[in-house]
Amino acid sequence: MARRVTTRRRLIVTAIAWVIAFLIFFPILYTVLTSFKTEGEAVSVPPHFLFFHWTLENYIEVNARSDYFLHFWNSVVISVGSTVIGLAIAIPAAWSMAFVPGKQTKNVLMWMLSTKMLPPVGVLIPIYLLFRDFGLLDTRTGLVIILTLIDLPIIIWMLYTYFKEIPGEILEAARMDGAGLRDEILYVLTPMAVPGIASTLLLNIILAWNEAFWTLNLTAANAAPLTAFIASYSSPEGLFYAKLSAASTMAIAPIVILGWFSQKQLVRGLTFGAVK
Amino acid sequence: MATKHSRAAARLMISPAVILLLGWMIIPLSMTIYFSFLNYNLVIPGPHNFIGFRNYYYFLTDPAFGTALVNTLVLVAGVLLITTIGGTLLALLLDQPIWGQGVVRVLVIAPFFVMPTVSALIWKNMFMNPVNGIFAWIAQSFGLQPFDFLSQAPLFSIILIVAWQWLPFATLILLTALQSLDSEQMEAAEMDGAGPVARFVHITVPHLSRAGTVVILIQTIFLLSVFAEILVTTNGGPGNASTNLTYLVYAQSLLQFDVGGGSAGGLVAVVLANIVAIFLMRMIGKNLDA
Repeated sequence: MARRVTTRRRLIVTAIAWVIAFLIFFPILYTVLTSFKTEGEAVSVPPHFLFFHWTLENYIEVNARSDYFLHFWNSVVISVGSTVIGLAIAIPAAWSMAFVPGKQTKNVLMWMLSTKMLPPVGVLIPIYLLFRDFGLLDTRTGLVIILTLIDLPIIIWMLYTYFKEIPGEILEAARMDGAGLRDEILYVLTPMAVPGIASTLLLNIILAWNEAFWTLNLTAANAAPLTAFIASYSSPEGLFYAKLSAASTMAIAPIVILGWFSQKQLVRGLTFGAVK
Repeated sequence: MATKHSRAAARLMISPAVILLLGWMIIPLSMTIYFSFLNYNLVIPGPHNFIGFRNYYYFLTDPAFGTALVNTLVLVAGVLLITTIGGTLLALLLDQPIWGQGVVRVLVIAPFFVMPTVSALIWKNMFMNPVNGIFAWIAQSFGLQPFDFLSQAPLFSIILIVAWQWLPFATLILLTALQSLDSEQMEAAEMDGAGPVARFVHITVPHLSRAGTVVILIQTIFLLSVFAEILVTTNGGPGNASTNLTYLVYAQSLLQFDVGGGSAGGLVAVVLANIVAIFLMRMIGKNLDA
């Protein structure tokens, strides 16, 4: 809004906003700080905020004591794998619904969305038993399959809303200029679709990285991604806050950074195009 | 451009997705329905007899179900209350001209990207712990007794944790909606002599109501299935004090190995989610001009 505001008012509003933003962010900041403390300083009362003995020991310990890198890699494989497979299935589907809509397109879209409304606990037992019988429990393959299926509706919806915005006239223009179907797809549509596909990829990796129902229920030592690995810190074993913080910082840093880049897509993706 | 040929191609392109989602919906769900009528426990060998609606009867009359249902609703309502009111206020604040708006936005949004197990454990250990948590330290410095959040008010504590995770989502969506508000309409109202309160009530609120409804419905879908936060903080306890429907079904299925009872419970959860889903789908469907 281009209304003029007095500097004084702006100063006050800015101060309030910064204080609130800082408070909301504080738990994350404090975790990062704690990850550089010794275990003794991590539990001391009153707490240390900046003036403590900074150390990298916890990061070394977490990596040495547990197979941290394995769990990190599991997270990468599961989130990227399920997203890429999901995109491979969803791009043709969203493409055809956006460019060759039929009478049933709207119903198909709504039905796809309705599968997302199914609470996971409603199919927990069959999935668990099927996974047991097919040897998929605690495997990355199993998790990639599940996450692909639960993410598919969101991927299709996001892509659909992006593809829908590509104007059909541009195709006609290309055709008038003598472009064939192949040229149309390669040189006209693809460049226009790439940003949408990239945003979908980004948001979906974030959602899959943080998924914490199936990853907790279907994995043990081998395929556990970071969500499940961090959950193993829930049993109190003496002094461990600093190590928990180090493990947490490493687990959330990549995705929080990715997330900051995807703010706009987040709104569109998670509201299924209802708010833009 | 829709020729017969392209229609056939379109159908072919969409079929993998449809087949997969159809399978994903029908196979496990019909298995759940089937199991829910059986006397089936993983640790009790022998045939799984058909026992009609007895699993439902046991599940619905179990006092734990009543507690879990109430907890589920309180959890959803509590988080919704905090996130929608807080989110609206925050969105209004961030919509003002402020210095460093980009950074402020980034800080406010960050909690949404923290995985549930991490945020639950951070809050449990470093903030709510009655001995060395930050809240205990704050209480002590005011000369108060530290409060043991997770054992004395477990559900409330979980609501706080989950609300912290979802506040950014509500804020971001409401802010996006606010920014699409037509500033000319605002200026016109101002020129016509509408004060700030009148402008807020008659222009901003109606404009936000749609986004607000979307926020409420989508959050409800996710909040009905809160699981990880409960698992790593209280394990549903003490007693059943912080057990929601999702956690109850999990406990019955994977901790007590009661496939029949767990399936019946799972279907109760499905019905509950569907009630919300119907409203949400209608909202989204209206926006779809396909």
